[in-house]
Amino acid sequence: MSARLKILEHALASMARRKQKNFAIIAVYTLTVATLASILFLTQALRNEAANVLLGAPDLVVQRLLAGHHDLIPKQYAEQIAKLPGVGKVTPRVWGYYYDSLKKVNFTLLGVNDASEPPLLAGHLPTSGRQCALGRGIADTYGVEIGDSLVLVDSKNRTLLYEITGLFSHQSSLLTNDLILLPEAELRRFFALPDSQASDLAVQVYNEQEVSTLAKKIKHQLPDTRPIGKMEILHTYDTVFNWRSGIMLTIFSSALIAFCILAWDKATGISAEEKREIGILKAIGWETSDVLLLKFWEGLAVSLSSFLLGTIIAYLHIFFFGAGVLGPVIQGWSVLFPKFDLTPAIDLYQIFALAGLTIIPYIACTVIPSWKNAVTDPDSVMRS
Amino acid sequence: MLLNPGILALLLGCSLAFAMLLYAAWLGLRILSRWDPQSSSEAQLQLERRTYLVSTLTNYAFSFEILSGLLFIFTLEDIHSLFIGAMCATGTLNANQIGWLVLLIKIVLFFTAAIWVHFNRLDQRTEDTPLVRPKYLGLLLLTPLVGLDLLLQYSYFTGLQPEIITSCCGSLFTLGSDSVASELAGLPVEPTMLTFFLAAGIFLILLVLCLSSKLALFRYLLFVASLGLFFVSLAAIVSFISLYIYQMPTHHCPFDMLQANYGFIGYPLYGGLFIGCLYGLLPGLAQLLPKTLSLHIEIEKTERRWLLRAFFAIVIFLLIVAGPILLGPFILLSY
Amino acid sequence: MAALIQAHTLSKIYNRHQADEVRALSEVTFSVEAGEAVVLQGPSGSGKTSLLSLIGCMTRPTSGQLRIGEKEVSRLPEPFLARVRRETFGFIFQQLNLLRDLSVLDNILLPLYPADLKTAEMHSRAERVLEQLNLLEKQRMKVAQLSGGEQQRVAIARALINQPEIIIADEPTAHLDSTLSKELLVILEHLKKDGKTIVFATHDPYVYQHRLVDRRFSMHDGVLRKAE
Repeated sequence: MSARLKILEHALASMARRKQKNFAIIAVYTLTVATLASILFLTQALRNEAANVLLGAPDLVVQRLLAGHHDLIPKQYAEQIAKLPGVGKVTPRVWGYYYDSLKKVNFTLLGVNDASEPPLLAGHLPTSGRQCALGRGIADTYGVEIGDSLVLVDSKNRTLLYEITGLFSHQSSLLTNDLILLPEAELRRFFALPDSQASDLAVQVYNEQEVSTLAKKIKHQLPDTRPIGKMEILHTYDTVFNWRSGIMLTIFSSALIAFCILAWDKATGISAEEKREIGILKAIGWETSDVLLLKFWEGLAVSLSSFLLGTIIAYLHIFFFGAGVLGPVIQGWSVLFPKFDLTPAIDLYQIFALAGLTIIPYIACTVIPSWKNAVTDPDSVMRS
Repeated sequence: MLLNPGILALLLGCSLAFAMLLYAAWLGLRILSRWDPQSSSEAQLQLERRTYLVSTLTNYAFSFEILSGLLFIFTLEDIHSLFIGAMCATGTLNANQIGWLVLLIKIVLFFTAAIWVHFNRLDQRTEDTPLVRPKYLGLLLLTPLVGLDLLLQYSYFTGLQPEIITSCCGSLFTLGSDSVASELAGLPVEPTMLTFFLAAGIFLILLVLCLSSKLALFRYLLFVASLGLFFVSLAAIVSFISLYIYQMPTHHCPFDMLQANYGFIGYPLYGGLFIGCLYGLLPGLAQLLPKTLSLHIEIEKTERRWLLRAFFAIVIFLLIVAGPILLGPFILLSY
Repeated sequence: MAALIQAHTLSKIYNRHQADEVRALSEVTFSVEAGEAVVLQGPSGSGKTSLLSLIGCMTRPTSGQLRIGEKEVSRLPEPFLARVRRETFGFIFQQLNLLRDLSVLDNILLPLYPADLKTAEMHSRAERVLEQLNLLEKQRMKVAQLSGGEQQRVAIARALINQPEIIIADEPTAHLDSTLSKELLVILEHLKKDGKTIVFATHDPYVYQHRLVDRRFSMHDGVLRKAE
């Protein structure tokens, strides 16, 4: 065993002897890491959810604007767009929002009319009038399963019963969580929508690079429309999430400073007992660099254990306890959505960034105090 | 300005590292002005003790600077999705002019900082510490470089405008435009491959010569060969190594291989290259140090370890390069 | 053959050029042969401890030369002083200076940590000194649980673990009753028979009149004289 490892062993042993002193710093350190990691994990998970959602999204969505707000789009627009070169299929979509005042949640109702089964669906899509398929969040809100019935009140204030034929699974619940699928004809009846119009148009574009060109053409031909590209949405999401987590981190930096002050204080104010120990070590033949190594190992042990502990706590907090503390701050727009579980998503980059934000300040705070201790005069033990 | 966790970590870490280095450089200046190895005074003792603080501060700061290169690339990979048209780190680097400059400084810092740390360690093992003056002069030169790195990084990140459409690696490293990068990508595969393996061969032969002989000339030649191998390898990575790794005849990006899709193969690849070249440079540089007896003994003791490290690192690098060429289903030379 | 310890006009001044300047040693010249037992006697504050810490390479002289064996150490940088200290000297302090909540074995092994030794070698050395000092059964116990005499023996064991040529003992009997003092000197006598060189600082007549002492010096205000 090399000298380094032996000194590591001694560092661990001497930390174990001073549990109380180390407990305080590890506790605060862990809390700091956990808070930071929660912000990062939550942001990353939301970004991933958004990316998953958009994976299946149409390349281009065309909406109609009336007086600056979203309005129904005539179906013949679809035929016009479909004639543009490079455009594949154009699908008119019918959807709307539904607010349940009893449960105080907002749902999205989407009309379906083709038989293609979407992935992650248990059961099958609604086929006839009084059938529907649901996202997990809604099923949990009402406590219903496949085969049960769902009660909805339509735009003419009639109470309607729908048999549940399909249920979306947990994955990518950001997309399906608040979703109810109804046959398109039924949805039109439900919202009393005219047959000649749709909510928006989903446009398939063969070449991804062409999306922006096509968007320009559509806007030129149909000036009252608003085309939105998939990448545009994705990078808007990313910008928003990044920005939100950045704001959180900036606010959080005051906590980081407090932590640094504590670390500095703990490292500076070592007990007389500890100082005597370093004196003894130096007297019996330890070099300054050996003591520095001892202090380095101590710092590393504190850092790594707090880092690991904090990361695990944050992981549990975000992915098992639904980000209870932070969720509302970062999700923001979705407080009305039914609660959804995030799919765990962590990568090396976040761990790196996290380490950069916590371990480096700690090291910077402790390096000078540990040097001061390490250069204790070896003959101090003889003179005392 | 983007408030991204990676960017914050980079700016925070580099600021702290710079602050630590500034303090160390200031201590170094004071040590330089009063250093007197002949004196046994209390003041000299205090100076000697300060050298530990300087070493510790610089070791931490330089370690971070070396790691920050990784974090920098990581961050670029992470934020590429904010830039329309950017498919990987290359796109982010292109978002403004400073990006590539930061990367260049980080590479220069990797080598200079690592060389400083190694010579510092050598010096600390000798009783008469003959390198004190050159060492602290070097520190005074390196500190502004770290400051420049921080400054450029800051202006790079604050200058990033997410709306800008950037050319991603697909277009930067595509044959047909006239940038240096595209010239690298356009290098004919066969001669590049030949040059690359020739450079690696010369490097390894010189390494073996250094291991078996004490002649200074071999060390100088190895120094030159390391530099040569480094640049040839970077060109080779863009020109053909990347193609074999991605198994695609047009994908020249040097950063994508760091991503999970390619099993993080980029890390051992670049790690092997950088470490191998670093330890190839050291023996030649060590020949230039003042020839005191104590230092000579220490160099003799450590040099073998440097040479062996260089050898293993480059062998790992070569294995990763040669693996897909020899074993993979992808055949480039018939194109 | 040259003497093992050779001091030539050694001076040590603390806080030089300051208001509280203290001249702890002035121009001390003396030498100790290998295998000798030498006593420095004198009242507290006379400079005994300063001289011991100079000889023991814990600090550097303000002026003068000091040679330990073949090595000139008066101008050596700290890390090399530490190495000389670790390889040549064993220290027995006035306070025992043990780490009370570590085990006997861990305390004894401490001086070996910075040296690059194999674990097996470390433990065989520890076993040897533990056996020599009759501590084998107690090696897993914490120092705090031991009696005064046992603690004294642990401190000696720690001083011997690195197989030093020279043992430095600063007021070793100051905190001991007469039985323990006797026990200590018996152990030291054995060590002298093994060929170790011993340098004491003491004002305990029991120590400086003991038969193992070869030569005595007396110190007063930093000046060393031969004692009658």
